Amino acid sequence: MPTIEFQGKQLEVDEDGYLVNLDDWQPDLATQLASGDGLTLTENHWEVINFLRDYYQKYQIAPMIKILVKEIGKVMGPEKGNTKYLYELFPDGPAKQACRYAGLPKPTGCV
Amino acid sequence: MAKFSKKPQDLIADIDYSKTPQTEWMDTPVEFKEHTFCWGAKGKNLEVVGFPNARDWSPTEEDWKLPQDWENIVMEGIKDRLSKYRSFKLFMDICVRCGACADKCHFYIGSGDPKNMPVLRAELFRSIYRRYFTAPGRVFGRLAGARELTLQVLKEWWYYFYQCTECRRCSVFCPYGIDTAEITMMVRELTNLLGLNTDWISGPVANCYMKGNHLGLEPHTIKSSVEFFLDDIETITGIRIEPTFNRKGAEVLFVTPSGDLFADPGTYTAMGYLMLFHEIGLDYTWSTYASEGGNFGFFTSNEMAKRLNAKIYAEAKRLGVKWILGGECGHMWRVLNQYMDTWNGPADFLEVPKSPITGTVFENAKTTKMIHITEFTADLIRNNKIKLDPSRNDNLIVTYHDSCNTARGMGLLEEPRYIIRHVCNHFYEMPEDTIREKTFCCGSGTGLNAGENMELRMRGGLPRAMAVKHVKEKHGVNMLANVCAIDRATLSALMDYYNKGVRVTGVHEMVGNALVMKGEKPRETNLRAEPLPGKEEA
Repeated sequence: MPTIEFQGKQLEVDEDGYLVNLDDWQPDLATQLASGDGLTLTENHWEVINFLRDYYQKYQIAPMIKILVKEIGKVMGPEKGNTKYLYELFPDGPAKQACRYAGLPKPTGCV
Repeated sequence: MAKFSKKPQDLIADIDYSKTPQTEWMDTPVEFKEHTFCWGAKGKNLEVVGFPNARDWSPTEEDWKLPQDWENIVMEGIKDRLSKYRSFKLFMDICVRCGACADKCHFYIGSGDPKNMPVLRAELFRSIYRRYFTAPGRVFGRLAGARELTLQVLKEWWYYFYQCTECRRCSVFCPYGIDTAEITMMVRELTNLLGLNTDWISGPVANCYMKGNHLGLEPHTIKSSVEFFLDDIETITGIRIEPTFNRKGAEVLFVTPSGDLFADPGTYTAMGYLMLFHEIGLDYTWSTYASEGGNFGFFTSNEMAKRLNAKIYAEAKRLGVKWILGGECGHMWRVLNQYMDTWNGPADFLEVPKSPITGTVFENAKTTKMIHITEFTADLIRNNKIKLDPSRNDNLIVTYHDSCNTARGMGLLEEPRYIIRHVCNHFYEMPEDTIREKTFCCGSGTGLNAGENMELRMRGGLPRAMAVKHVKEKHGVNMLANVCAIDRATLSALMDYYNKGVRVTGVHEMVGNALVMKGEKPRETNLRAEPLPGKEEA
């Protein structure tokens, strides 16, 4: 199993870089993962990451993209409630990239 | 691993059908090419369902952490299956290597790799069968097309039998009727005896076993997803729908792939189901237990598929429904139509499905007691029981992709087309050799719809993409309709790669758009919240 180094510790990740043990997650880890992709996390990114984590707590899965879009639109204004805005924040896709930063596993199946 | 970034023209330029390999196939070692295989299964997912040799493993590492006596396990596994499945034994013996199947496989067409010719893929296994299970093979060895079982052979099996989507197109052309999918299924079973499945298959299997569906949606998650759809439907139509969950005494149990409840564009198809059932007043229930129509167990072993499938009849019995209605899914229907009643039946506590709206009795489902939603809806339309306004889909120029499993696994060819012709005004077929029983696979079936094998997917999807390109250029097609959740997920990626601008839809999304509902407000948008034709702002 691959690992990444975080604050002097080796954390287990899967082949795509998703955290294996969700309890290993800390906000600084998200910052580190993002900077690895050349991204600096802003408040707007954190809005998404925090929503993903809260949703996961409740439902044990990442939200559907359209739930995320609607929620972000509600919190940050309708002009930001669209996938285009989310892709601007997370160029590799909100489902993949944002979930990875948030420490959520990737969904599998007919998706 | 670097991200897959090959451009379509470069991928196509790689393909060379005329190149003769430098060495004979037995002397050509398998090469694991980047982006053409899936990650190995995780130990925890194998353990949950009691699969042998549960541990994390990686196909790229030299050491596959096999059991010490793996050769014996394989031999015993082959012996067991040859005695259990007469078809398997027959398919081993009767191939004359005529090559009629060779150029029918989408993976061969998209890769030019001779080991993707169905005949040679099967030969990878047959050579071992001959060596250990036939007299000529034992005596004459390589002269008789036989070879020894080695670690290299096992790795070659794994690489190529997880490059077959069990679509069965090659079987349509085989003069002997050899079902190559069954050979793939058997070899995949053997790899499972050694704990060699993929992450993308074993994850959903474990989820389905623990939580009832591939995605691992829990009951409150399913409910909340459906409620989200209901809010959207209310916004669009002004009608509040109130479906039920796990309701005892409902007439019909509805089972659909969990992808419909999670991933676009399947979610719009789910909205279509909800609207249709409400409009006709169907007495039905969703289940949060039998919450998966698909069956990734089918990509591991018959036994696992049977275990996962069992919950459908069990739930029908518990709820006391009369019959079962199934949603738009592909491999789900191969399982339901060809295996379910012998695995987990007879379902003699159910009745032969009878539409409460039209009175039609579906004799074709006499044993399974389960019908496909396009059969149900086509019957409603034929009997004029629903009002449709196809002009709401006038912005769509539609073609239809037959899912391999519904087309070749159950002969469902006319019903989806009949519906499409009634819910939209612009429908064009792809060339005849690429549809109906000769349909080309999406390139990502049998659990190959992961991300890490994207090049394989784009190669396997090439013939389908080219057929769509043809109707796109000829008729301006901009929407690819289908009745399968894997299709909805994977064809979207395929179209983005080869045919930008062509989108993907389930048939019941178009039904939901065209459906004129009692008491609805004038519709401004379609189910994707896009303005309907003629309602765009000036």
